[in-house]
Amino acid sequence: MTAPTQHDSVTETGLAVELTDLTRVYGSVSALDGLTLHIEPGEMVALLGPSGCGKTTALRILAGLDEATSGTVSVGGNDLTGVPANKRDMGMVFQAYSLFPHLTVLDNVAFGLKLRGEGVGERHKRASEMLELVGLSQHRDKYASQLSGGQQQRVALARALAIRPSVLLLDEPLSALDAKVRVQLREEIRRVQREVGTTTLFVTHDQEEALAIADRVGVMGKGQLQQLATPVELYTSPATPFVAEFVGLSNRLAAEVSQGMVQVLDSRVSALPGSISAGRGIALVRPESVTVTADVDGTARVTAVEFLGPFSRTRLMTVEGEEVVAQMTSAQARELRVGDRVELSIEPSGVLVIAEDPDS
Amino acid sequence: MLRIAAFSLFALFFLFPLYAMGDFSTRAPGTGARTLDAWKNLVADDVLFGGIVISVALAACTVAAMLLVLVPTMIWVRLRAPWARGLVEFLCLLPLTIPALVIVVGLRDVYLWVTYFLGESTLTLTFVYTVLVLPYAYRALDAALSAIDLNTLSEAARSLGAGWAKTILQVIVPNIWSGIISAAFIAIAVVIGEYTIASLSGFENLQVVIVQIGKTDGATSVAASLAVLLFGVALLLLLSLFTRDRKLGVEAEDPALLTPAPTVAANRGADA
Repeated sequence: MTAPTQHDSVTETGLAVELTDLTRVYGSVSALDGLTLHIEPGEMVALLGPSGCGKTTALRILAGLDEATSGTVSVGGNDLTGVPANKRDMGMVFQAYSLFPHLTVLDNVAFGLKLRGEGVGERHKRASEMLELVGLSQHRDKYASQLSGGQQQRVALARALAIRPSVLLLDEPLSALDAKVRVQLREEIRRVQREVGTTTLFVTHDQEEALAIADRVGVMGKGQLQQLATPVELYTSPATPFVAEFVGLSNRLAAEVSQGMVQVLDSRVSALPGSISAGRGIALVRPESVTVTADVDGTARVTAVEFLGPFSRTRLMTVEGEEVVAQMTSAQARELRVGDRVELSIEPSGVLVIAEDPDS
Repeated sequence: MLRIAAFSLFALFFLFPLYAMGDFSTRAPGTGARTLDAWKNLVADDVLFGGIVISVALAACTVAAMLLVLVPTMIWVRLRAPWARGLVEFLCLLPLTIPALVIVVGLRDVYLWVTYFLGESTLTLTFVYTVLVLPYAYRALDAALSAIDLNTLSEAARSLGAGWAKTILQVIVPNIWSGIISAAFIAIAVVIGEYTIASLSGFENLQVVIVQIGKTDGATSVAASLAVLLFGVALLLLLSLFTRDRKLGVEAEDPALLTPAPTVAANRGADA
């Protein structure tokens, strides 16, 4: 990993991206259902969602590699809806390794510049700058088969940025890498993106990845954008039950709502916007919002303690038979034994309360 | 030891006829004295030399036509019409199942039009030979295309600004080069050795000429046959050397750098 350096020559001005009411239907399956998304110039937006939610379809339509059934795509105010992929001027890093095996690293990075008619000297200079940016200058004469997976994706990033794209598209570029390399590379992607200032759309199914590096995260489900917000807002104030349950873990606890307040686990906390207005419902409570206090007369019992390194997850059962998961530091968890009686409460941040029957 | 004995036995079985051909083609008829007259006839005999030239030209035209038809078709089918892959494979392998005699009879009416428009040159056999080599060429190209992640490479090329022609010529073709060479070499071997269709269609290629010469000059005929056989073996050896070199070509000088990268299959996500 190289230290961040300033490369004035590689800095670009990002363009705004506008996806308007995009739909994509495959036979009888609707992969995208009215997706509207605005990305600010220079911003990095992550699309997050489970497999089949339509996030990759959205990215491929923006890249021109797939066609929308309806809707429009514009970049910097220019309508690109019918423009083929090779004329969209977008850089893309793929999930699968996509370096051209017959070319060296340097020639891979210079490939897009060659297509644009730049001379050998100019394109090699630019490619070298890009390789320096991703810390792979010393590997410029190697072939893809001589690089590790992480190195290949860094070269792919350099290649995508070498053409000075109007938009950078990242299609789960880290999913084939091991955990440690993933963390290193996602930090590097963020650093490089900030340095060059290119508007970026990043597709992933890994919520940690999305929350860690994106300016805003869009959660997709069933072809629709469920919520687009900053990582903190998304986590603390989920707009829909789907977002609350997909991003992070949530307990589903019986609750009573009245006058904007929620009664849950003997605690009274405020109801988040989007909650039911009154009556009985299900509160979606984060494990780290559950406070566990040892109490021989407590209303819950410890059923399991899972050690997760710095944190531990404790499973508890209330006297009403509700299962609750609480997350705490491992130091705190060491005080608890299976079978111990405890008292549970909820931290005073708001919770989202949904109807008891989500379909109703 | 047993392996060496078995290998020697097989070598003897295959090489002895070649030795016999070589011996026969280098003896003067009647006297039995050593002579290279039969081999000199390969270029000195106008009819035989004409046969060699026409067969080589036919091989070149067939390879060119086959590659022009098959390479873009197979790439296009894999990228844009995967539903048609089975159909294309069936059509390409079909000539294997049809006897040459049936092909000749079936193509008779077609060739009336071909000769009407293009004359009666033996080179018009290119069309039927292109069909004839399809099964072998298809297999070689199919294996090469299966070895690369065609979709990702072509999408990467397009996202970088390459149109379809540049994507195929500058990205895909260099990465299936060993398959193209294999297809071409096998096609050359098939065309150089083809007799039945040319003979039944009334054209004179090398094999037809060899048979004709064999009626009056056995030594020259056997020399030409042996030359064709050795040419075929040389092509196959070259092919094997070439494909082996390609495999070894990009091995790392620094084995430590060869951190195993996940396979294409593992890379491909199931996401929409």
